Amino acid sequence: MDTNNNRPVCELCCTQLENFGVTMGNNVLLHDVNLHIHCGELTVLIGPNGAGKTTLLRAMLGELPHSGTLTYLDAKGERTGRPLIGYVPQKVEFDKGLPASVLDFCTACISQKPIWLLHSRVNHKRIQASLARVQADHLVHRKIGTLSGGELQRVLLACALDPLPDLLLLDEPVSGVDPSGMELFYEMVSSFRQEYDLSIILVSHDLTLAPRAANRLVLLNKSVLASGPPAQVLQDQIFSKTFGSILTSYAPIPEISVNIHH
Amino acid sequence: MNTWYLIIGHLPFGWVHYTFMKNALLAVILVTPVFGICGTMVVNNRMAFFSDAMGHAALTGVAIGVIMGMENPLWAMLAFAALLATAIAWVHIKTDTSLDTVIGVFFAATVALGVIILSRGGGFNKYSKYLIGDLLSITPAEIYLLLAVLIIVIVVWLFFFNRFFLVSFNPTIARSRGANLALIELLFTIMLALIVTLCIRWVGVLIINSLLILPAAAARNLTTSMRSYHLTAILISVVSGLVGLVLSFYWGTATGATIVWSSFIVYLGSILWGAGKGKGTHHTQGVS
Repeated sequence: MDTNNNRPVCELCCTQLENFGVTMGNNVLLHDVNLHIHCGELTVLIGPNGAGKTTLLRAMLGELPHSGTLTYLDAKGERTGRPLIGYVPQKVEFDKGLPASVLDFCTACISQKPIWLLHSRVNHKRIQASLARVQADHLVHRKIGTLSGGELQRVLLACALDPLPDLLLLDEPVSGVDPSGMELFYEMVSSFRQEYDLSIILVSHDLTLAPRAANRLVLLNKSVLASGPPAQVLQDQIFSKTFGSILTSYAPIPEISVNIHH
Repeated sequence: MNTWYLIIGHLPFGWVHYTFMKNALLAVILVTPVFGICGTMVVNNRMAFFSDAMGHAALTGVAIGVIMGMENPLWAMLAFAALLATAIAWVHIKTDTSLDTVIGVFFAATVALGVIILSRGGGFNKYSKYLIGDLLSITPAEIYLLLAVLIIVIVVWLFFFNRFFLVSFNPTIARSRGANLALIELLFTIMLALIVTLCIRWVGVLIINSLLILPAAAARNLTTSMRSYHLTAILISVVSGLVGLVLSFYWGTATGATIVWSSFIVYLGSILWGAGKGKGTHHTQGVS
């Protein structure tokens, strides 16, 4: 990455959600969401089921209509319009018998050159390199339905990072992945965040592991209820109100967050 | 066409001396790759029911053409198929009803409408050719139409296949890659509707769907990449088309149905082959 030219100062470029809302029919799914996400920052989005976490991501991607604005500002503070977004979904449901290789899928993500005809050498090299970043280059010719949960999520992550996005959205990316795969995935996300100065929004159900890796924790339920450093949000009254008393025992863990970061 | 007749006339088979067989052979060579190619996406998208509904709706298109006093109801059929495809997609998006229910509803309504119109005064029998199709009656002008269909499918596949693939894999990922979901789905749906409608006259309502589904379904059991999937589906489609045509000539059977059985045999073979191979590959599905 050409950090000198593109992103001269860290944490100055920023993705802004202003008065962001989603309404389906008469249902208000989200309202008045205001968030600033800085680059190099991992924002973890938590909230109960039906809080609108996935809805927020899908609206940001433009799959659902929304009110309010989503803008990306580069380091100089000039408006650059909608951000380029990389997206890793939660456990993808697809037909395991689908006769497509990892190479087919990755090519379809970056190119319109028909994958049923020929694979260009340039694309093949590019995909091999981006898979290597997530230790998945050996999977390139595997049928995509035969990958394990962890392998598939790494392949999806590799695709989401090519081309390098302004903002990376991870929607419970490790649900259904075994613990070692989960740890590997989080480690990779963490190192990419530092290496490429990425802004990341991670939606998580997991109230133990994910908040430790976070720079910022956002508690969402139809709107932003609390937002700030993890330790602060976890101790917030509203947090225990939302999740009940069982979970408050997890609350103060700032010292572990230091371990995860370095 | 004359060049074709000349070339084919030199083949050492009895049936090549009949002009209708020469026409039918050319038609099979043009139309089976179309089914092989489109079938891959129909199977990927689980649209077997949709294409079946489209085939049956062609009958209603015929009926509307007849009411409007058209000699050749082709344009009424095309317009009706496009309308129906759009209506199904629109109702599905707007009402949050599952797609198979929406298709089922429109399927039933359109077929019934077609039968009501065509059966007025007991005249349904003369339209039964649409049910089983008659490939042997194809004319040179209609063969050019099939050539046009093949070219259109290849062009659409060259420019839009990656989008089709990504949308069918995961709509949200496709969206994050800049795909216009509604547009892509509509494009594929309408193209499929038009192809089914154009071919119905020679293939028949009852079996057109089998020709779409069988080659791709068989190819899926045998392949692991999009390229081999397409090549295998096309190969199965063309070969069983040719075998079915020749057999139907000697047996005096309906060509379309004989072709379907040729590909069904291939499908059965692919299951056995896939099952045999599956035993050997279980160890690759490890955890990580």
